[in-house]
Amino acid sequence: MKQRTKLGSEAGKHIVLIVGALVVILPFYLMISFSFKSPSEIQSISGGFFGAQEMMTDHRCLKAGRSEVECTMLPIVYNYRAAFEEAPLLRYLLNGVIVTLSIFAIQVLIALPCAYALAKLKFWGRDVVFGLVIFCLLIPVHAIALPLYLMLAKFGLTNTFAALVIPWTISVFGIFLMRQFFKTIPDDLINAARMDGMSEFSIVWKVMLPSAIPALLAFAIFSVVAHWNDYYWPRIVITGDRDLMTPPLGLRMFKSDMDGNEYGPMMAAATVIVAPLVVAFLLAQRRFIEGITLTGMK
Amino acid sequence: MAEIQLKGISKSFDDNKVIKSLDLSIANGEFITVLGPSGCGKSTLLRIIAGLESQSSGDVIIDGREVNNVRASERDLAMVFQSYALYPHLSVQQNLMVPLKLRRLSRLERFPLLNWFLPKRSSKMIELNEKVLQAAETLQITHLMERKPGQLSGGQQQRVAVGRAMVREPVAFLMDEPLSNLDAALRVHMRAEISELHRKLKTTFVYVTHDQAEALTMSDRMAVMMDGEILQHDTPSEIYNNPVNLQVAEFIGSPKINVLPAESDSKGGITCMGLPISLSMKTPKQGSIMLGFRPEHTELLSSNSNNCFEGKITYKENLGSDIYLHVNLKEDQHKMIVRSEPDKALDAKIGDMVKIGWMVDKVMAFERNGQSLPTKSKS
Ligand SMILES: Nc1ncnc2c1ncn2[C@@H]1O[C@H](COP(=O)(O)OP(=O)(O)O)[C@@H](O)[C@H]1O
Ligand SMILES: [Mg+2]
Repeated sequence: MKQRTKLGSEAGKHIVLIVGALVVILPFYLMISFSFKSPSEIQSISGGFFGAQEMMTDHRCLKAGRSEVECTMLPIVYNYRAAFEEAPLLRYLLNGVIVTLSIFAIQVLIALPCAYALAKLKFWGRDVVFGLVIFCLLIPVHAIALPLYLMLAKFGLTNTFAALVIPWTISVFGIFLMRQFFKTIPDDLINAARMDGMSEFSIVWKVMLPSAIPALLAFAIFSVVAHWNDYYWPRIVITGDRDLMTPPLGLRMFKSDMDGNEYGPMMAAATVIVAPLVVAFLLAQRRFIEGITLTGMK
Repeated sequence: MAEIQLKGISKSFDDNKVIKSLDLSIANGEFITVLGPSGCGKSTLLRIIAGLESQSSGDVIIDGREVNNVRASERDLAMVFQSYALYPHLSVQQNLMVPLKLRRLSRLERFPLLNWFLPKRSSKMIELNEKVLQAAETLQITHLMERKPGQLSGGQQQRVAVGRAMVREPVAFLMDEPLSNLDAALRVHMRAEISELHRKLKTTFVYVTHDQAEALTMSDRMAVMMDGEILQHDTPSEIYNNPVNLQVAEFIGSPKINVLPAESDSKGGITCMGLPISLSMKTPKQGSIMLGFRPEHTELLSSNSNNCFEGKITYKENLGSDIYLHVNLKEDQHKMIVRSEPDKALDAKIGDMVKIGWMVDKVMAFERNGQSLPTKSKS
């Protein structure tokens, strides 16, 4: 009897989880599936996940005056080729990498010393400063978007990478997260480093940073995902210049360029843009767990 | 080697006065132990000497130089922490290398990549590696050099921590309860090793502990610290035999000293719970006092003895080499712990009545307020 109720509740949990997973995965499933299929298959919702992959003819290719043979291909090839041909996808991806990595690097450069000072140094007004950090956590980005934009415009920085990067370089969330983690690092370790002759800055980079890899990875995931996927801010500061567009913005441009019903190439472009994040995630997940188990301090 | 002097050191954390006007002078090459219960301010004191904490008032003087405003890294002291505080992400070899690199290499020579082009660096590095290897050999950790601290046992980590302090040949070692995280057997072993190290290095050691066995066995002199004050600073035997007050007497010695109320008459004679003790005060004064009998200075007497304490055994601790009997004295419900040879007390049972004698020349007298009273035994 007891066994059965236990089994029942287990099954219940799993059903809830499975339904949840389906809801989350379904759009991704459709995106990837559509990126494989021919337009007619997408219209009629047939062909399963992968589509029949029957040869198809690209009408726009024919219009461009090329031969029938040249314009006949598998739907999957058609979709991805269209994606890369119609939009500078690689450029978008490269921009995305440049922007997210610069943001993250500068965030770390600023957040670590701040977090160290807030966690481990005693100075007048420390608690007030930390209070301000918490307060800043509560400010929504959209609230300060306009003043930020005006400031950037005044300095003539709109339509530059700087406009994409500078507003995010001070991450109060990063400062807060790292400060909480640094609190758990024993004072003795820092004192030992001081006795060994390290300067406070060396302590940050040579003692705190290596001990904080797990927290830093967690922060990296938040930061990179947020800024890779950010549509709002690039939309405001990048107007027109395609060479500066980040993937989400590029995708949006792509959609308005193509005819409204070219779902195949659009989904192919979306897949390409999402792929780096998913891969990075899978890699980081491993390192993340390693990072947590490898911290030697007991 | 260094001489360390503390003059009128005090330290408060907010309203909490942790150290109260403390004076201590430590001679060149001396092994001094600061012994005190947890929370009495030992670590704080050590951190003040090291320069990791600044005192609220008073001076720290190292080799005649006042170092109040000198940073920890420039005082040339080395510290071994209770938690060892090894760099968790570095191998043992690298852990030992850090203090050397920071001190012996110039800023340029430590700069990544660039340093490959500096001509003197490689010869310096060879020299430093040599030093690290030497320290590792002294401490017998050469086979652990490639491991990370997380892969070492407590005892091995402890050795590495000592090694890291040793390599740079500091003028003095500060050790904050370095053995308290080890198991009992290893602790006894490491006690001997640290003493040995001190003999070899002939450097000043300031060793902080709450374990009186460590203090008594290892130190040239020890300072008994309580509530932020040093109560007595002397050789271990002097502190054990002639404690300045009851607090010290009760803190040193295990099991704890037995304290019984007593009366002194105007001629200096002492009676304890009706029994005359053949002991007299050097400066006779009538009044009530206290007597201290260490368990190891009391003995079981045969049942026909007189002029002795009498009581009922409530508990028996057999340690093999000694047996400790806890006795409820007949008079006044006072308790007493008596040490006995194993064969004398082997068949003593809980509930038995026993008679207890004492070694007169070892009995200590204290005033009501705990101050030690000088006595002489009547011959
Ligand atoms: N950084 C600090 N801030 C506030 N109080 C402290 C600090 N360090 C130590 N104390 C207090 O000082 C007292 C003595 O601490 P400590 O020197 O560590 O004692 P011990 O090492 O003898 O056990 C304790 O009551 C502790 O709470
Ligand atoms: Mg302590």
